[in-house]
Amino acid sequence: MTDKDKEKDNRTPEEKKTAEELAVEMKVASIKRRQLAYSSDSSSGNPEKTKEELAARLSWKEKRKLKAERLAEPKVELNRRTLRRQKELLLITIPFVLYGFIFYYLPLGGWIMAFQDYEPKDGLLGSEFVGLDVFRYIFGEESFLYAFRNTLAMGVINLVLSFVFAIGFALLLNEVRLRGPKKFAQTVSYLPHFLSWIIVVGIVRDMLSMDHGIVNDLLVRFDILDKPMNFFSKPDLFWWIVGFSNVWKETGWNSIIYLAAITAINPEMYEAAALDGAGRFGKMWHVTLPGIKPTIFILLMINIGNVLNVGFEIQYLLTNAMIKKVSETIDIWVLYWGIGQGDFSVGTAAGIFKSVVSIILIYLANSAAKATGEERLF
Amino acid sequence: MKKPELEVKNDMQNEELEVDTRVFVRRKKGLKRLNPSDVIFVVINTLILSFAVAVTLYPILNTLAVSFNDGLDALRGGIYLLPRKLSFKNYETVFNMNNLLTGARNSVLRTVIASVLHLSVTALLAYVLSVKEFVFRKHVSLFYVLTMYVNAGLIPIFLLFRELGLTNTFAVYIIPGMVAAFNLLVLRTYMSSLPDSLRESAQIDGANHLTIFWKIYAPICKPVFATIALFIAVFHWSSWFDNMIYNPRNRELTTLQYELMKLLSSVTSQTSSGSAYGKSTQSVAITPTSIRAAATIVTSMPIVVLYPFLQRYFITGLTIGGVKE
Repeated sequence: MTDKDKEKDNRTPEEKKTAEELAVEMKVASIKRRQLAYSSDSSSGNPEKTKEELAARLSWKEKRKLKAERLAEPKVELNRRTLRRQKELLLITIPFVLYGFIFYYLPLGGWIMAFQDYEPKDGLLGSEFVGLDVFRYIFGEESFLYAFRNTLAMGVINLVLSFVFAIGFALLLNEVRLRGPKKFAQTVSYLPHFLSWIIVVGIVRDMLSMDHGIVNDLLVRFDILDKPMNFFSKPDLFWWIVGFSNVWKETGWNSIIYLAAITAINPEMYEAAALDGAGRFGKMWHVTLPGIKPTIFILLMINIGNVLNVGFEIQYLLTNAMIKKVSETIDIWVLYWGIGQGDFSVGTAAGIFKSVVSIILIYLANSAAKATGEERLF
Repeated sequence: MKKPELEVKNDMQNEELEVDTRVFVRRKKGLKRLNPSDVIFVVINTLILSFAVAVTLYPILNTLAVSFNDGLDALRGGIYLLPRKLSFKNYETVFNMNNLLTGARNSVLRTVIASVLHLSVTALLAYVLSVKEFVFRKHVSLFYVLTMYVNAGLIPIFLLFRELGLTNTFAVYIIPGMVAAFNLLVLRTYMSSLPDSLRESAQIDGANHLTIFWKIYAPICKPVFATIALFIAVFHWSSWFDNMIYNPRNRELTTLQYELMKLLSSVTSQTSSGSAYGKSTQSVAITPTSIRAAATIVTSMPIVVLYPFLQRYFITGLTIGGVKE
């Protein structure tokens, strides 16, 4: 014990000394660098020579430290001189800040409407404040509760289906050894991502159509159904139609990121697995899948925050009177009440509710990840 | 300076694939030694993937077949991958529909303008935020990252656009969404990965930031620029919602997708006769279904034609975008 303490004591001053020396050296270096910047501003002197001189004077340890410092965030003090030196950057930034403020932050001021009985003729400042009455109203409105349920249900179904299919597709595609077919399958799978929802909805309607749609054709031919079925009159099926349309459109696209993650897996892992007697499936299941787990978690986190954003276009385009109760989402509800009926307060309140729930979901997902020790978003 | 490195990257990819094929050849030689369970795995895998490819491709090919088929004949059904009674009447009709042509013009315009403008503007900000010693780097980044999570919602934005006089103008397609946080992050991540000495040496030579951005960074960033431009272009080509909300009644400002949507909903209420299609209904060979098929093909054509050329770019972009930030 005492020996160790001694050793420690012996070491500390030495370390201290070197640290102090280093600090001095770095100060010198930073001054030199600043001089360098100045000389470059006035475009005089020979900067390269100074740089070389500087490099020659520093030992490798100090150089490494300097490099680490440069790779990390350089500390820049906010003072008049920095501002003057970075005038150009500042000038470029100003319009962006203005733009961001107007188009992203100014509309947040409109949230006041949710706490008012907003009348366009009175404006934001003149309208009467009603506290939480608007929120009370929408939570008492049956159609809003349905819309919330539908949004959540379709969001979750989409989330689960898209994850399972994209990961599965990436895993299976990764096992294809022939270059040509692999490339072909990949190219085909990305294609639907580039079609608009309008087109996809048209295609879905055609495929599920009662007269000569391929799905009904096949179901009747294989005697699963007696006669063609109208898929769009069945409230039970709607969420799944939306889910699988989404799968059709986005599976290939979503798999790209997993395929990229798979290429980063250490090949030695596969060799080790082979030594342990793992077959192709075993390697896929025990090496590839765990290898992309961090990627899966990160994407899961991002997408949980987006659960309520999944549904709008396809539901709006595919719906009809028979299934309105299961197809209407919060966005459509806002569109109907806010724009259609001109009740801005109600529309805004519903929008706020959606934003708040999304933020809570992101927070919960992040906390859960923290608790289980997985990768986190922030 | 970066370009050769990227080339190297491509080479590396090729090498990887070559290694892959070599492994395959070796496998082929030792095929007998293959585990029977592996054979089953490969067979099942091939079946599943073939099914996936077929399911993905069939609807598109079917639409293509219907679009080239005689309209009335198509109503009998039974058209799968090839047209039964070849006809170009559907396309003729589509290309004679004035509102579709106006829509196509606006869609092309907005896609081109938005891709160029949004990309250059976002890239410029990304450059500024990649300068490590910039004092407000973190603040401005956060300012834009937050916009990914906090969304004011449809109604406040609608009212704002109305106040700004953006409704009923072409500008409403271009001005909003100019700087999207996600694209900004992708571009910034890419630019930050470039060596600082690139910028510093140019600064020593007396170049200002705009010059550095334009002359040095832009050429290096071409691949990631292509990716982002593709994202923006696809978004603008596919969007119809802004058209419906902000310019619903102005025929001159209609977009292709919005016209297609109207066509779709008019097909849903098929009972309301085909008179919506003007003169063309008199020639009986045309039905809403076949018109829609042709319009669908025409609308998706530009993207489908361009996309094999752009494929290698968007993979890079998506991979960068996956980096957590």
